[in-house]
Amino acid sequence: MMRCGALFASMICLFLWSGLGVAHPGQEPLRGTGNLGLVIERSTASVLIIDTTKRASVARVEGLGDLSHASVVFSSDQRFAFVFGRDGGLSKIDLLLGKVTKRIVQAGNSIGGAISDDGTLVACSNYEPGGVRVFDSKTLKMVADIPAKWTNGVSKTIGLVDAPGRRFVFSLWDAGETWIADFSSGATPVLTKIKGVGKQPYDGLITSDGRYYMVGLFGEDGMSVFDLWQKPISPRRILSGYGRGETRLPVYKMPHLEGWALAGDRFVLPAVGRSEILWVDKRSLEEVGRTKVHGQPVFAVARPDGRHVWVNFAHPNNDTIQVIDTLTAAVVHQLKPGPAVLHMEFLPRGNEVWVSVRDSNLVQVYNTRDFTKLAEIPAKTPSGIFLASRANRTGL
Amino acid sequence: MARRELLALLAAMSAGAADCLGGTINPERARELERLVLHDCGSCHGMTLKGGLGPDIRAPTLAGRLPQSLAKTILDGVPGTAMPAWRPLLTEREARWIADYLLDGDRQ
Repeated sequence: MMRCGALFASMICLFLWSGLGVAHPGQEPLRGTGNLGLVIERSTASVLIIDTTKRASVARVEGLGDLSHASVVFSSDQRFAFVFGRDGGLSKIDLLLGKVTKRIVQAGNSIGGAISDDGTLVACSNYEPGGVRVFDSKTLKMVADIPAKWTNGVSKTIGLVDAPGRRFVFSLWDAGETWIADFSSGATPVLTKIKGVGKQPYDGLITSDGRYYMVGLFGEDGMSVFDLWQKPISPRRILSGYGRGETRLPVYKMPHLEGWALAGDRFVLPAVGRSEILWVDKRSLEEVGRTKVHGQPVFAVARPDGRHVWVNFAHPNNDTIQVIDTLTAAVVHQLKPGPAVLHMEFLPRGNEVWVSVRDSNLVQVYNTRDFTKLAEIPAKTPSGIFLASRANRTGL
Repeated sequence: MARRELLALLAAMSAGAADCLGGTINPERARELERLVLHDCGSCHGMTLKGGLGPDIRAPTLAGRLPQSLAKTILDGVPGTAMPAWRPLLTEREARWIADYLLDGDRQ
């Protein structure tokens, strides 16, 4: 009887472990997902599931297609991750089971995605065919197809974000337009198309209050800003001519705005083709300063408390991170994590930052107060790092 | 020197220069260049080079392009587009190596 009971207990344990793929022997089988995240392994069509408390990877999920420039959003319950691949793949991953539960290839060539504020819709931004496709987050069945037609054909779309009220906002690279797709009244979106946004918008961001959508321009110096609280919504050009007529440097990697930084009362933005970051007053939207940095910035990300901004750089300066104090706008620390630092992700309270170092095949974890390295986690050509806590943030 | 001889000499010299540009990248640098193509070119052209913000640059798509002309595009970029000039980072010989690499589908 005793043996039978022990056998039964071990069978139960086995059942629980196998049901929770990320659990290991000796670990509580029941767990939350709030401290989990994904690391994109861009060369091997795989992602790592990471546990930020253990500072370790707990599972690898494979078979996800071309993951160069892949990004991730999370379901509102933080159990599922939606991975947007370069090849149009959209994969839904169960963080607890450590496996793909659904996968579709929704387009030929894609760049990022978003999830609606109510968690029901997942949108993908596509280069080929140009436009946005929207899917039911449960089933990944297509809800709406929004081709980015303009006067000269179909445009590539970029800068796709979610906005409050079951809306998505995105911009048209070729057309210089910004569109708002409003799904508040059902599966058929009401489209608002705004022209004259500027030449070659390359990325967009939305502030975490959902009020301002900002579009970076590649074809000219400057940005366009939309106040989504106003009606009608119209673009306002800011930072016009920030290059002051000087020839810009060749741009080997487009800056990203997704990791935008609102540091106190100023936005921090990476300049295009210049080794500078730009400071913009939150109220007036005027430039109030700039800081010279080590190379052309790719991400300028504020620590969640806004006190520091961490900046990484384009090739050939991509072995370095600089940390800028937002009170003085001065560089206060420099790190050399290794070759090809691609991404930085803060834990939600800001105590740690996770850094991907592609050519060292490592994810490194740093204490953000004293800059000591806390851990190194092996990963195959890691790029984006995405924590499940993003589920609670507009625009991420 | 006769005009014809001069032309022949110039032709021989430029052929020699082209041969020189095509070869002699040491294996270590070749690996770095390959990584540059897949990851850095790949950030716009896709890691499989089938295109993204930039166009498809797989070997079948590029078939018929002269390696010299591709190398020039790599070095000088394409004004009005997002294609930067790589001249600050690459020598002519390295650009030519990349052009040959892109045109040779078997090496990818």
